[in-house]
Amino acid sequence: MKLPIYMDNHATTPVDPRVFKAMTPYFTDTFGNAASRNHSFGWVAEDAVEKARKQVGDLIGANNKEIVFTSGATESNNLALKGVAEMYAEKGNHIITAATEHKAILDTCKRLEKEGYKVTYLPVETNGLVDLDKLRAAMTDKTILVSIMYANNEIGVLQPVAEISKIAKERGALFHTDATQAVGKVPVDVIKDGIDLASISAHKMYGPKGVGALYVRRRNPRVQLTAQMDGGGHERGMRSGTLNVPGIVGLGEACAIAKAEMSEEIKRMAHLRDKLKDRLMSSLDEVYINGTMEHRLPNNLNISFAYVEGESLLMGINEIAVSSGSACTSATLEPSYVLKALGAGDDLAHSSIRFGLGRFNTEEEVDYVAAKVIDVVKKLRELSPLYEMHKEGIDLTKVQWTAH
Amino acid sequence: MAYSDKVLDHYNNPRNVGSFDKTDPNVGTGMVGAPECGDVMKLQVKVNPATGIIEDAKFKTFGCGSAIASSSLATEWLRGKTVDEALAIKNTDIVNELSLPPVKIHCSVLAEDAIKAAIDDYKKKSENVEAQTKAHA
Repeated sequence: MKLPIYMDNHATTPVDPRVFKAMTPYFTDTFGNAASRNHSFGWVAEDAVEKARKQVGDLIGANNKEIVFTSGATESNNLALKGVAEMYAEKGNHIITAATEHKAILDTCKRLEKEGYKVTYLPVETNGLVDLDKLRAAMTDKTILVSIMYANNEIGVLQPVAEISKIAKERGALFHTDATQAVGKVPVDVIKDGIDLASISAHKMYGPKGVGALYVRRRNPRVQLTAQMDGGGHERGMRSGTLNVPGIVGLGEACAIAKAEMSEEIKRMAHLRDKLKDRLMSSLDEVYINGTMEHRLPNNLNISFAYVEGESLLMGINEIAVSSGSACTSATLEPSYVLKALGAGDDLAHSSIRFGLGRFNTEEEVDYVAAKVIDVVKKLRELSPLYEMHKEGIDLTKVQWTAH
Repeated sequence: MAYSDKVLDHYNNPRNVGSFDKTDPNVGTGMVGAPECGDVMKLQVKVNPATGIIEDAKFKTFGCGSAIASSSLATEWLRGKTVDEALAIKNTDIVNELSLPPVKIHCSVLAEDAIKAAIDDYKKKSENVEAQTKAHA
């Protein structure tokens, strides 16, 4: 076993060596521009892009013509929201999303608000899920788009996308989902799930950084977008710019591998994740899981160790790469807005760690991580005045704190 | 974030961790910060009433590594000082000693506040003791 251990696979994943191998010829030997129509270099590149388009489509049950390649999920989210808002502006000006979305959605919505659109940010329940009745109540005749993520990047909860899309459709709105964390990890089916637009990223599923895709439905209904980038009219006019052929080949290969291995990988991830969870919870008291375990990515564990501050915990496990929802990791000194949206309380948000397991984690690594985390949490609780007060039976919510 | 060697040393080997009996008249307790802010420091001094010298100091801290290091360092500095010397400790002294980056300066401020709160608590207690002694006389 090698240190450091990487267990932050919601941030990014390593490129699978098989993906890397598939990509390499397209940097040097077959380097053509997929838009070059009059020589073999261009044809070879175009063939590679079309093969990848089919691989991406196959993974999510889409037709290859419904896949638009982009630079990643942030661009896909921007294109979906701004492109739909602009195209359907005559029909309505209202968009519904959720408080726990990624910044690429929330900040795009804020931009649209500045331009005069109305945006509803749905709250989530304590389990992290959107309340469907609240969604129903928020829908108006002016609602053109509902955008709710498939799986959350911090707490891994899976939103009831099929039900959400049904509600959107009843009122004639389109349904977009930021499926960055879900595609390649759990089965995503654009037909069964009723998805009109879906954002996809390669580097979250063992592909390269800097490439992604947007699924745009072509039938029932045919979704139209206003392009957000002007140029050569690539990708059927929806996204101009010379195609990143090696990256697209990598995304395609990553999708093909995910499709072939998903059922086995889901089992393996869930086994490792549950082992980690069970170890931590059986050895430590006052440990809380953030978000529902019932509807969740198999590789995610987001857990709060009460009375221990997240950054100090990360410092003690510095040979393990995980992420903290705590304030001090960023300059903003704000705890995770996702955990706050669950109503976890700022103190528990400050004490949270996100474990993101991945394809290349081993059983041995999970054993090591569990033992190390338990050890450091115990040590920090020895240091913690809050844990001492808790043990003395003091109700910390009733203490008069000197806020600063 | 990269930590200075001194912060790492205090984090890995915190000095004077623990608690004194809060009700001991010679003990002053300062508790500052709030859980929702991500920092709570408890700092205690044990003062020799005859000499006014801090004979021992202990801390417990919920917070980041820099907060732990700031309070650990404070207990080291407090031991052997008089109550008045202790009040002269400034947060900037802690910043310099631990090479804290700007984003962690609030940890040193908290440590200074904790020192002041602990001394303040001790002084109030000793005044009460004096007052009671006089009343009984």
